[in-house]
Amino acid sequence: MLVNRKLILAHFWLAFAVFGIALTLGAWQMFIRSPIGTWLSNPELYYRSLTAHGTVMGYVFPTLVAMGFGYAISEAALQQRLVGVRWAWVGFWLIVAGSVMAVIPIALGRASVLYTFYPPLIGNVFYYLGVVLVVVGSWIWVALMSVNLRVWRRAHPGAPVPLAMFANVAGSYLWAWTAVGAALELLLQIIPVAAGLKSTIDAGLARVFFSWTLHAIVYFWLMPTYIAYYTIVPRAIGGRIYSDSMARISFILFLVVAMPIGMHHTFADPQVGAGFKFIHSAFTALVALPTLLTVFTICASVEIAARLRGGRGMFGWIRALPWDNPMMLALAFSFIMLGFGGAGGLINMSYQLDASIHNTQWITGHFHLIFGGAIVIMYFAIAYDLWPHLTGRELIDVRLIRTQLWLWFIGMIVTTFPWHWVGILGMPRRMAYFDFGDPAIAPQALSVTLSAIGGFILLASGIMFIVILARGMRTPKIDAGPYRFALAVHQPATVPVALNTHALWVALMIGLTLTNYGYPILNLALSSGTSVPAVYVGAQ
Amino acid sequence: MSAEETHQASAEVAARVERRWATIAVIIVVMMALLAAFAGIHRATMPQPRVETIDPARIHLSGEFVEGNLGSVLEANGTVTVRAIGQQYSFTPACIVVPADTPITLRATSADVVHGILIQATNVNTMLVPGYISEQLMRFTRIGDYLMPCQEFCSFGHEGMWGKVKVIDKAEFADRAKGGGRLSCVGQ
Repeated sequence: MLVNRKLILAHFWLAFAVFGIALTLGAWQMFIRSPIGTWLSNPELYYRSLTAHGTVMGYVFPTLVAMGFGYAISEAALQQRLVGVRWAWVGFWLIVAGSVMAVIPIALGRASVLYTFYPPLIGNVFYYLGVVLVVVGSWIWVALMSVNLRVWRRAHPGAPVPLAMFANVAGSYLWAWTAVGAALELLLQIIPVAAGLKSTIDAGLARVFFSWTLHAIVYFWLMPTYIAYYTIVPRAIGGRIYSDSMARISFILFLVVAMPIGMHHTFADPQVGAGFKFIHSAFTALVALPTLLTVFTICASVEIAARLRGGRGMFGWIRALPWDNPMMLALAFSFIMLGFGGAGGLINMSYQLDASIHNTQWITGHFHLIFGGAIVIMYFAIAYDLWPHLTGRELIDVRLIRTQLWLWFIGMIVTTFPWHWVGILGMPRRMAYFDFGDPAIAPQALSVTLSAIGGFILLASGIMFIVILARGMRTPKIDAGPYRFALAVHQPATVPVALNTHALWVALMIGLTLTNYGYPILNLALSSGTSVPAVYVGAQ
Repeated sequence: MSAEETHQASAEVAARVERRWATIAVIIVVMMALLAAFAGIHRATMPQPRVETIDPARIHLSGEFVEGNLGSVLEANGTVTVRAIGQQYSFTPACIVVPADTPITLRATSADVVHGILIQATNVNTMLVPGYISEQLMRFTRIGDYLMPCQEFCSFGHEGMWGKVKVIDKAEFADRAKGGGRLSCVGQ
């Protein structure tokens, strides 16, 4: 039962529109710093583009997808009209206003600080205020998800919360708390300096605050993808969820352990001691657990579909899968990219191995493979799956959809594999150009060229995606029927309170964050003499 | 067996398989943490352990990072200490000279924004955060030139911030160090 289709469509369309712009900028960046591009006479343009690309892809695009998908889940899974539609529109327009407010200083070259802010570099204050507005808009969504679940619970006392909604609300709480780190950095440190109220800033403390957000935000991006793995894929390919409770445990684990691990981004930093670096490294290993559980459960769920379709044998069932189904294709691609990206991630979070790839192109390759690859390809799949229910029209270009998914997969592999490789060779991140004439850098030219070609393949795929959705707005009307989520093999009649509510886990999430971050933050905040003069960007 | 009983039996099989996999997953995770702890304690391979602070507004006036103290110095115990500064958009010294097969301590900081030091083809990789001192232990086995780019975005000239490390023979370094002072390979 999707009632507020216009609201959901608005979120998706805005998400994919800004995604298209940021994707184009990304492809241009790959080109301009590769040997096939000519050197920029003004490298600052590159960093403008990079700031816009990161800000949109990191903050605006996934947030809008999570919100739109969240509203759809709330209505379809709870079978209840969205409560607080007016507030939802307020949140939407706050994101529009915030994005515009942030993009103008970026376009003017007044905020080329990258989406990771990097104080003591300080950009125009409106850039940061714009980001804050985007986050505030998304917090309205968090509140609405909580309110809608509460309304449903009151009407269905003791009933198991549908898995999709349980996960969706877990994701929203995760985001609310994750965003606090960057919010503290912005409100307490950066914005006072950008507004001219202060002129010094503690860069080390800022990096610790940002690490709080920087890692768990990835799990916020991941949530819609995991929700799709569990609650859309099995239904779309004609199977069942292997285990409802394991799914709940995975989402709970993400909620609890995604947060207190961010300092693995600061292994190479001088402002954090070895003890907390180790604790965060160990906790990061723990976050592999929900993914390992998910891979098992989803493979088992897919096997159920294959066997229901007559698949036989130890591995023979794989052939019986509906490979012409875009959802099947997207899942397979997503898993392959998750596998490579996850293996790379284990290296990044490793206490010892990180030093060999920290801040090299390996890292850029890694998160593009995980986020741009494994996660975003499922965003596409979610959109394809929801579209007929939102527009009341059929997506008829199934062949085109398959081509689009194939291109995205190939493009992502061609882009990120060479990227990882030059990272191992020690190529640093975020440079507007490289002197490929230097004999020490020349061997990297081929890999960088390959990456740039991959970027164009991705751009082509992204354009196809938008064209498919746009054409889906004009096909003849159909009745798509009610939107359904996958059922478990053993659909639970009752669920233990711990797997049906979030309060305990939210308390654990906050508690663990405080134990893992409290001391380092207080220690840095209370030590004097570490604030350094701000360096204003774009100021003449 | 009734349908209800079959259902129940298969649910138990499913739960058992799942528990087995969960156990394997937990063992993998615990092993990873233990390996990291072992390597950290036994081989002393770990990220920078200590936190040292410094006032970047005064580094050029007094203390460890004044200009005359930057570069490589042969210590009495045979080890080498290298002191360097990163600033928009260069390292000082821009060319660091060190001996091969010698324990070296790199001590560096930033004079303005966040930078990073990465020596290509090695595991030497650290952030330079203004207000804090970074320390890395290193040892080179191969003589030659290494590129040393800044690995963190430090504003519009970041792409031009490349330094160099020159690893020379141990005896040659000792010879050059005889005259005292701080060594570098700037202009060579």
